[in-house]
Amino acid sequence: MSEKVLMKGNEAIAEGAILAGCRHFFGYPITPQNEIPEYMSRRMPEVGGVFLQAESEVAGGNMVYGAACAGARVMTTSSSPGISLMQEAISYMAGAELPCVLVNIVRGGPGLGGIQGAQSDYFQATKGGGHGDYRLIVLAPSSVQELMDLTIEAFDLADIYRNPVMILGDAILGQMMEPVVLRERSKINLPPKTWATIGAKGRPKNIISSLRLDPGELEKHNLALQEKYKRITDEQVRYTTYMASDAETLLVAYGTSARVAQAAIDMARERGLKAGLFRPVSLWPFPYDDLKTIALGSRRVLTVEMSHGQMIEDVRLAILGGRPIHFYCRTGGMTPTPREVLNEIERIVEEGI
Amino acid sequence: MRQVFGRPKSLTDAPTHYCPGCSHGIIHRLIAEVIDELDVRENTVGIAPVGCGVLAYDYFDCDFVEASHGRAPAVATGIKRTVPDSVVFCYQGDGDLASIGAAEIIHAATRGEKITVVFVNNATYGMTGGQMAPTTLLGQKTTTSPRGRDAGSAGYPIRVAELLSSLSGVAYISRVSVTSPANVIKAKRALKEAFKVQINKKGFSLVEFLSTCPINWGMSPLEAMKWVDEKMSVYYPLGDYTQVPEVSR
Repeated sequence: MSEKVLMKGNEAIAEGAILAGCRHFFGYPITPQNEIPEYMSRRMPEVGGVFLQAESEVAGGNMVYGAACAGARVMTTSSSPGISLMQEAISYMAGAELPCVLVNIVRGGPGLGGIQGAQSDYFQATKGGGHGDYRLIVLAPSSVQELMDLTIEAFDLADIYRNPVMILGDAILGQMMEPVVLRERSKINLPPKTWATIGAKGRPKNIISSLRLDPGELEKHNLALQEKYKRITDEQVRYTTYMASDAETLLVAYGTSARVAQAAIDMARERGLKAGLFRPVSLWPFPYDDLKTIALGSRRVLTVEMSHGQMIEDVRLAILGGRPIHFYCRTGGMTPTPREVLNEIERIVEEGI
Repeated sequence: MRQVFGRPKSLTDAPTHYCPGCSHGIIHRLIAEVIDELDVRENTVGIAPVGCGVLAYDYFDCDFVEASHGRAPAVATGIKRTVPDSVVFCYQGDGDLASIGAAEIIHAATRGEKITVVFVNNATYGMTGGQMAPTTLLGQKTTTSPRGRDAGSAGYPIRVAELLSSLSGVAYISRVSVTSPANVIKAKRALKEAFKVQINKKGFSLVEFLSTCPINWGMSPLEAMKWVDEKMSVYYPLGDYTQVPEVSR
C-alpha cells in the first residue's frame, strides 16, 4: 500500500485513523471539520467499526471516555468552540489515564468567532484547557500527508503513555487538498490494556476513576502523572528545520504559519537574506532545548503565528533572552502572506535588531 | 447448617458511607442480587455518578467506571458500543440525571442504547448538603429554597419516568420505592426486568427509585419513609411507564 491519492486534510485524518485501527468514532458536527464525521459515518460500517453522532461535544467527549475505558482505539474531532465543550471529558481522561485521539481543526475565536483557520487555541491545547494539572501530547501537522501520518502515530502514543493525544490543525489544513501516500502502519509492541473495564471475568474488578478524596493519594497520583509527563518530554520532542544552519534570522512557526514562513524564507534567500525556519511538530512537549541551541546560532528570532502571541511564550522560555525575539501575526481567520512575513524579516534586519 | 441469607456476590464487604435511613444501601443490594441471579457479574460494567453514589465502585464487586457529573449515559454508550455483549448499568441521582445530565439521558434513551439506568430520586442534592434538585417537590424546603420550592421562580419538579416514556428507544421504564417489604419486592422485580430487557437487546431501560434523604430532609428514617409514601409517591406515582407501542419502535 503506497499509492498516492489526492485527499482533503480532514479526510486524511479520518482515513489515517482507520489505518491506525481506530474503530470507534464519536463526534458532533461543527465547521470546518465536518468532512471527518461524514467520512467516518460512511467508512466505519465498511470496516466493522462504530460511528455515532453524539448529541453534543460534551456527550461526545464522554462517549470517548467510555470507549477508552473499554479499551477501544477511539477518536473524536471538532473545532475550537466544540473543543471548549470537551474540556470536561479531556480533564477526566487525563486524570484517569485513558488513551484517545482528539483532533482540533482550529477556527478563529474567541466565542463563536469565525470559521476560517487560526492558531488561537495553542494555550488551550498545550497549557491545560480543562481543570487540573495535566498535559496532552499535542502534535501540529503542516501538510495533508502529515495530518495523516501524525494521526496514525497519535494512536500509538496514546496507548504507549495512556494519555490523550491532540492533533492541532486548522481550517486551512483541514480544507486543503494535497497528494498523500497511504502507508502501512509500522507494527510496534503496545502494552496490553489489562486495566480496561469490560467485565471482571477471571480477575479482580477493574475501576477507572479520576476521584481520589484523600489529598495524600491525589498528590501521589499527580506525582506519578508528572513522572509520566517527564518521560514523554524526554522521548517525544519533535521538530523540523528549513535552512536553519546558517540562518541569521530564525523564524519559528508551526502548522499553516510554518508553510507561509517557509515561502517567505525562500523569498528572503533570493534577496540575499539568510533566513531559516524552526518548526515545532510537538507543541507539547515543546522543543525548548533544540530551539535554544539553534536560535543561539542565529542573530534574531521571528515568531510567526495566527494568534496574538501564544507559542511565542514558549519561544521566550526556550531562548531566555539569549536573542531578540520578534513577532508577526494575523488573526481572526486571516492568514499572513509570505510577502507580509518577508517585509517583517526585511524590517528587523534593516533595523539591525 | 444451611445458610439462608448472606451478602450477594456482587457486593463487596466494604462498609458504605451512606447515612442512616438512606435508601442507597437497599438499592445497592437489590442491584447486586439481580446481577447475581442473572449470573452476569463477570460481564457487567457499572457507571458511578457524581453525587452520593460516587463511591459505588467500592461497594460493587464488578468492573466500574466513575463518570463526570451527568454524563454516565454517554460513558455507558461508549462502553456498550465497544463491548456490545457486556451488561452496562448507570447509577445516577436526580441532580446528575435530571439536571446537569438531562441531555445525555434523553439521547441515550431515544437512541435505544442497550443500557440499564438506576435512577435514585430523593428530591434533593444529598452529597452537597441538601440543595434544591430538579425533582424537589413544590413547597419543599432545601438549603437553596429556604422558603420552599416556588413554581413561580424555580419551576416544577420533573417526572423523569413519564418524560422518558414518550421516547421510542425506550423498552422499559418503571418507578418504584423501597419503603416497605412489599415495595422492595416490587422494586427488585422491576430492576430484574430492566436488566433482562438489556440482556435481550430490546432497548433502553430505566428504573426510578423514590429514595430517602433523612439527614437533608431533617427527618428520622421512619418519617422519611413515610414522606416518600405520603408526598413523593403522590407527585411521582409508582408503576410501569413503558407505554410506547411496539409498532412505533
